Amino acid sequence: MGVHILGLLVENKPGVLNRVAGLFSRRGFNISTISVGMTENPDISRMTISIKGDEKELEQVTKQLNKQIEVIKVSEISKDYVERRLALIKVNTSDSEDRSEIMQIADVFRANVVDVSKKNVTIEVTGDRDKIEAIIEMLKEHGIKEIAKTGTVALNRGKKSMEVD
Amino acid sequence: MKGAEAIIKALKKEDVEHVFGYPGGAVIDLYDAIHEDDDLKHILTRHEQGAAHAADGYARVTGKAGVCIATSGPGATNLVTGIATAHMDSVPVVALTGQVPVEMIGNDAFQEADTTGITIPITKHNQLLKESKNILSTIKKSFHIAETGRNGPVLIDIPKDLQSEDIDFDYPKDISLPGYNPTFRPHELQIKKAVDAIMEARRPVIYAGGGVIASNASKELRELSETIMAPVTTTLLAKGCYNEESDLCLGMLGMHGTKEANYAITESDLIIAVGARFDDRVTGKIEGFAPNAKIVHIDIDPAEIGKNVKTHIPIVGDAKKALNKLIKRINRKKIKKENTEWHNKIKRWKKEKSESLKSEGKRIKPQFVVKKISEKTPDDTILATEVGQCQMWAAHYYKFKKPRTFLTSGGLGTMGYGLPASIGAQIAAPDKKVWNIAGDGSIQMNIQEIATAVKFNLPINIAILNNNYLGMVRQWQELFFDERYSQTHLGENPDFSKIAEGFGAKGMVVEKDSEVEEAIDIANSTDKPVLIDFKVKKEENVYPMVPSGSTLTEMLERKDIKGD
Ligand SMILES: Cc1ncc(C[n+]2csc(CCOP(=O)(O)OP(=O)(O)O)c2C)c(N)n1
Ligand SMILES: [Mg+2]
Repeated sequence: MGVHILGLLVENKPGVLNRVAGLFSRRGFNISTISVGMTENPDISRMTISIKGDEKELEQVTKQLNKQIEVIKVSEISKDYVERRLALIKVNTSDSEDRSEIMQIADVFRANVVDVSKKNVTIEVTGDRDKIEAIIEMLKEHGIKEIAKTGTVALNRGKKSMEVD
Repeated sequence: MKGAEAIIKALKKEDVEHVFGYPGGAVIDLYDAIHEDDDLKHILTRHEQGAAHAADGYARVTGKAGVCIATSGPGATNLVTGIATAHMDSVPVVALTGQVPVEMIGNDAFQEADTTGITIPITKHNQLLKESKNILSTIKKSFHIAETGRNGPVLIDIPKDLQSEDIDFDYPKDISLPGYNPTFRPHELQIKKAVDAIMEARRPVIYAGGGVIASNASKELRELSETIMAPVTTTLLAKGCYNEESDLCLGMLGMHGTKEANYAITESDLIIAVGARFDDRVTGKIEGFAPNAKIVHIDIDPAEIGKNVKTHIPIVGDAKKALNKLIKRINRKKIKKENTEWHNKIKRWKKEKSESLKSEGKRIKPQFVVKKISEKTPDDTILATEVGQCQMWAAHYYKFKKPRTFLTSGGLGTMGYGLPASIGAQIAAPDKKVWNIAGDGSIQMNIQEIATAVKFNLPINIAILNNNYLGMVRQWQELFFDERYSQTHLGENPDFSKIAEGFGAKGMVVEKDSEVEEAIDIANSTDKPVLIDFKVKKEENVYPMVPSGSTLTEMLERKDIKGD
């Protein structure tokens, strides 16, 4: 069972997210993450869905998604691509030494400190899944208070792109 | 003009002549427009489920989308079973539901239900309208979606206020559906591969599904089978697409398939599946399905290919087009025709089974009733069924000869389907005979629709195979639960003939073999609805039967069947 990333171009209409998400649960496919946003064309949204499953499941998912009237295009984003997630992590700090250690970790991961108060530091980090899991692991020692993570977004590198034809 | 009036006008633009429905507060404007219109005929059913099944029956007979209408909330939820039934069997239906006014949506308003939310999984597509300017384009799109590609139901949810807003009637000529481009034309290379496989095959079988009927490809199917002399087995839904009196016809395959069909599939070296979806009721245990065969799968829906079984040669496209291409490319001279080892084998499997259908002084055998109906009705009779043993006996003992003459809920198996579907069928085909083969359990699920049939003077005939049981479930309990008949004995049923009379139909009771033919003749010549209560043998089973989870050759056969 591998992790696959699917890019979807869909009509930007109410209910489309519901339709797509429902299809996954209805047919017993596992969504790991999903993210949605408008594209350069306001009538079209792009969804990025990462799923766990074997090749056969991936094929079925793709075909079932393609059958949805409001789904314009589905393609697997694989091989040469850029993948990013974003996480905001609020960490407990006991003293200034603690705080500077956390900031060092943030530095190593090229994360930004976006909020500091007496008892907490909030860090913003972007990267692929492994990077985000790695920084979380490092910060755990300090006591994580809250995490908010986005799903994956991904684009192919170079010329290759998804377009409505 | 008012939105409601525009909706009616749009339906007429889509060549709709009949709609089936039931009024209520959220569609009162629409009904006012129906009242004011002189052409569109509205059939008032007695339950919204009846309207949905009637629209479905109408669609299966005509090939055009059937239309049903219901109010918001309970009206819409009552459509649900009917929509799901159409969805599972890929039947084009357009359902129009009323919704609370746009401003009130989401407030748990009176008779509000999230109709589009509820019906996402059971429609091909659905749409909640929010602005009256989208009414016309949405109707146009809905018919297009329902009737093209793999057909299916489409629902449009229309808030009450949009129905009374003024709009211009400017019916769109073109629509834009960027995400909807069903593939009709099969790929040439795939066709070539299939032809090569056909030329090589020694033991070919054509496995035809409902898609053959949907694409009106019966003629092409026959031509292919006769060209390559391949026997044809059909699914339940495909009955009628191939003449069952032909020597090449194997009958139905699967759980209640014939011996010849199930054996032929299992020994085949090439299966040509056309518009069929390898449903679990058809394949039995998947690992044992057609172990020696290459599989060619023709289907309009790419998602069906490779879903349940591994396909060697997929052909995505319209069945009629694909069959035509195959026929053209086959080298007729090189095909070995009759009397091959394969044909002889099939003949042996098919050998007439000398099964006695006589009652021998006891209650009538249900199979006998169906056989007589088959013999005594014209070839183009439309046969609807309810669900259960009655449905399987209809499938086995009625000889189907023409497409679009068999209406049955295959995928969902909906008890209560047959009667309202017969109503839709009779409206669609006023000159044909329509029979509904019913069970005593199923008929009680939509029995109120006799009132509709009476009201519209529809001479449909209902044959209840009254075995005082929910027979199919009882059969499973007998075979797999040591005869523990939990809640399947209906016991003394109501007097169905009196119920029929009470509704204003003709009611009859038949208890002897000798009365069967006469009763059928009377029904065939009575110009109002007729219900015949056939008191049949109580504990009769449907055979052959492949228990679920077994392979197709592990059939339970009736002990008293003589012959092969
Ligand atoms: C709406 C619905 N409820 C339950 C079932 C399960 N079911 C399948 S067959 C059957 C028995 C049908 O009894 P009857 O109509 O008398 O037909 P018979 O099998 O006796 O011929 C039942 C309950 C169903 N298919 N549909
Ligand atoms: Mg019964």
